[in-house]
Amino acid sequence: MSSATPPPSVFDGIAGVIVVLVLLAEFGMLHATLLFLQLRLYAAQSFLLSVLAGVAAYAKHVPELYALAVLSCALKVFAVPATIRRLVGQPSQEIAGSGVLGVGTRTLLGLAVTAVGFFAAKAWHIHGTFLPSTALSLSVSVLLVSFVLMIVRRDVVSQAVGLFSLENAVSLASLVVAAAMPLLLEVAFLFDLLVAVVVFGVLIRTHQLRRRSFLTTDLTELRG
Amino acid sequence: MSILLVVLFVGPIAAALLCALTPLPLGRAVSVISGFGSLGTTLALATTTRRHAVHALHYLQADALSTVFLLATALLYALVSLYTIGYLRGARLDTTPNSETVARHEHRYDRRLYAGINLFAWAMLMAPLVNGFALLWIAVEITTVVSALLVAFDGTNRATEAAWKYVLIASAGLGIALLGTILFYYAGAGVLGASYDLAFDPLLAHAASLPANVVRLGFTLAVLGFGTKVGFFPVHTWLPDAHSEAPTPVSTLLSGSLLAVSFYAVLRYFQVAVATLGPAFPRAVLLAFGIASLALAAFSVVDQRDLKRFLAYSSVEHMGILAIGMGFGTRLATVGVLLHVLAHAAAKGNAFMGAGALVRTFGTKSIGTMRDTIRILPWSASLFLLALLALTAAPPFGIFRSEFYIISGGLSAGHFVGVVALVALVTVAFGGLAWTATRLAFETRNDPSDHHGFGEPSRWLYLPPILGMAALLVLGVHPPASLLDLLVKGAAELGGGV
Repeated sequence: MSSATPPPSVFDGIAGVIVVLVLLAEFGMLHATLLFLQLRLYAAQSFLLSVLAGVAAYAKHVPELYALAVLSCALKVFAVPATIRRLVGQPSQEIAGSGVLGVGTRTLLGLAVTAVGFFAAKAWHIHGTFLPSTALSLSVSVLLVSFVLMIVRRDVVSQAVGLFSLENAVSLASLVVAAAMPLLLEVAFLFDLLVAVVVFGVLIRTHQLRRRSFLTTDLTELRG
Repeated sequence: MSILLVVLFVGPIAAALLCALTPLPLGRAVSVISGFGSLGTTLALATTTRRHAVHALHYLQADALSTVFLLATALLYALVSLYTIGYLRGARLDTTPNSETVARHEHRYDRRLYAGINLFAWAMLMAPLVNGFALLWIAVEITTVVSALLVAFDGTNRATEAAWKYVLIASAGLGIALLGTILFYYAGAGVLGASYDLAFDPLLAHAASLPANVVRLGFTLAVLGFGTKVGFFPVHTWLPDAHSEAPTPVSTLLSGSLLAVSFYAVLRYFQVAVATLGPAFPRAVLLAFGIASLALAAFSVVDQRDLKRFLAYSSVEHMGILAIGMGFGTRLATVGVLLHVLAHAAAKGNAFMGAGALVRTFGTKSIGTMRDTIRILPWSASLFLLALLALTAAPPFGIFRSEFYIISGGLSAGHFVGVVALVALVTVAFGGLAWTATRLAFETRNDPSDHHGFGEPSRWLYLPPILGMAALLVLGVHPPASLLDLLVKGAAELGGGV
C-alpha cells in the first residue's frame, strides 16, 4: 500500500477529458462528409487545445500559457479556417466520396493506429511537468490518425486539414513535454503555421480552378 | 558582432522586396548584386569561421559547419541570378508578345520569379545562419512554403500536382521533425532549465547529461522528418516531381541547395546525438538511410526518360552518399562529405542549368527526343555533359575527390560492407549517367535538317555553368588550403573521428 499511485487530481481529470475530445475530433475529421464540417472540426479541435493550455496555465501557474492559449485560439480557431474558407469559396461542397476505404475500415484502421501510438508512447517513459503523461500518448495517437486521414481521404481539403491537425497533435505533445518553452518560439511556430496555411490555401484554390474538383484521385500525371 | 551575418540576413530579403516593388530591369540587377554579394560575404565569413564561430543579434551564428552550407547555397544563388536572365530571355524569344496584355503578364511573371528566387535563397541562407533547433526548423519550414509556390509557378496541371505532393509530404515530414525538436527541448530543459531556447552550443556542452532515450527518439524523428526534405528513401517521393516541374532556376536551387540545407539540419541533431549516445547509433541510422537512398536512386537513374527527373534521382543518389559518408564517421570521410556538399552543388547546378537550355531548345524533357546536342548547342550541351561526367565522380572534378575521401575514410574505419555497397551502387548510377550522356551527345537525329533555327538561346544560359565548372575544377584539382582548413574544422565540429 505504501507505493500506491496517488489518485488523479481534478486538473488531471479535466485535462484527460479534453485530450480524449481532441482525439474524437480527429476521428470526426476522418469521417466528415462536408468541407465546412471538416473545417469546423479542425476549429473545434484547436479550441480544445487552447482551453487545455488555459487550464494548464491556471492550474500550474504558468502565465505564458495564457498568451499562448489566446494566440493559438485567434490563429487556429478563427484565422486558419477563415483563410481556407475564403480561398476555397465553396463551404457546402460535399467531399464524402473522397475516402478510399469504407467507413468501417477507416474506423478500425484509426482505432488500430490509436492503440499503437498510445502504447508506443507509454513505452518511452517520458513524463511531463504540466500535463499527465497519458496526454503525450494520446497526442501520438492523434498524430497517427492524422496520417491516416491524409492517406485515406483523397481530397485536397481533407489532406490539408489532416496536416494542420498533425500540427495540433505536435502542439499537444508540446504542452506535455515543453509547455515552458520560450513564448517567442511558440509564437514563431504559430505564425509559421499561418504562412503555411496561406500557401496551402493558394494551392487548393489553384487545384480546384484547374481540375474543377477537390479530389486528388486524378493527380496521376507524374510517375516513375 | 559580425556585420557579415547581418548582411547575409538582410541582403536577399531586401532584394526580394525590391524585385517585387520595382521595375524589372532594376530587380534583375538587384538579384545579381544580391547573389554575388552573398557569395562574396560568405567567402569573407569563411576566413573567420575556419578559426572560430561568429555570432550576431543573439539568434544568428556561423561556424565552420554552417559556412560550408552557406557557401554551397550562396554559390548557386549567384549562378542562378545570372542564369535567370537567360532563362527568361530565352522564353521571350520563343514567343513574340502579340498584345500589351501578354507583355504585361510576362513582365509580372518575370518580376515574381525574381522575387521568389531571392526569397527562396534568403530562406535557405537563414537555415545555416540561425542559432538553435527551433529557429532551424522554422527556417526549413519557410524554405518549404516558398519553394512550393515556386514549384507551382508555371501553373500547369503537372506543376500544380508536383507542388501539392511536395508541400503535403514535406510538411508532414517537418511535423515529425518538430516533434523531434520538442523532444530535444524536453531533454535540454531538464539540465538547462525551462527558459532554455534550444540554442546549439548549450545543448552540445551538456549533451553528456541528457536523457539518452529521449535524445535517441528525438534524433530518429528528426532524421525521418528532415530526411523527407533531404530526399531519403522511402520519403523521397515528392522530389522527382517537384524538381522536374519547377522552372529550371528553381530546380537548380532545389537540387543543389535545398537538399543540402535539409541535410545540414540533420547534421545539427547528429552532433548532439553523437555527444549524448556515442557515435554507433547515429552513424548506423544515417548509414541505413544512405544505403537505401543510394540503392533506389542508382537503379532509378538507369531507367529515366525525363531529363529533369533523371537529374532529380541523381540528387537522391548524392544525398545517399552524404549520409553514408557520415555513417563511416572518420575525419577523412566527414571532410569528404563536406567537400561533397560543395562539389555536388556546383555539379548539380550546372547539370540543371544545362538541362534547362536543352529543354528550352528541344521543347521537351524527353531524353529520347534529344540527340546531337553538342552540334546544336555547342556551349550548353558541352557544359551539361561535363557536369554529368562530374556527377559520375570522374576526375578531375570535385566529386571525384570528395568520393575518394569518403571511400578512403570508410576503408580506414573498416566499413568494408558499406564501402562495397557504396562503390557498387555508384557504379550502377555511373552506368545510367554515362549511357544518357553518350546518347545525348553522340547519337544523331534521323533528320538533320529539322533543327533549323536551333542554337544557343542566350549566352546567359552558359556563362553561369562556365563559372560553376571552374569551381568544380578548383575543388577537384587543387582546393585552396583555407577551404581545406574550413572543411577540417567543420569535420571536427561534427565529431568526425580520427
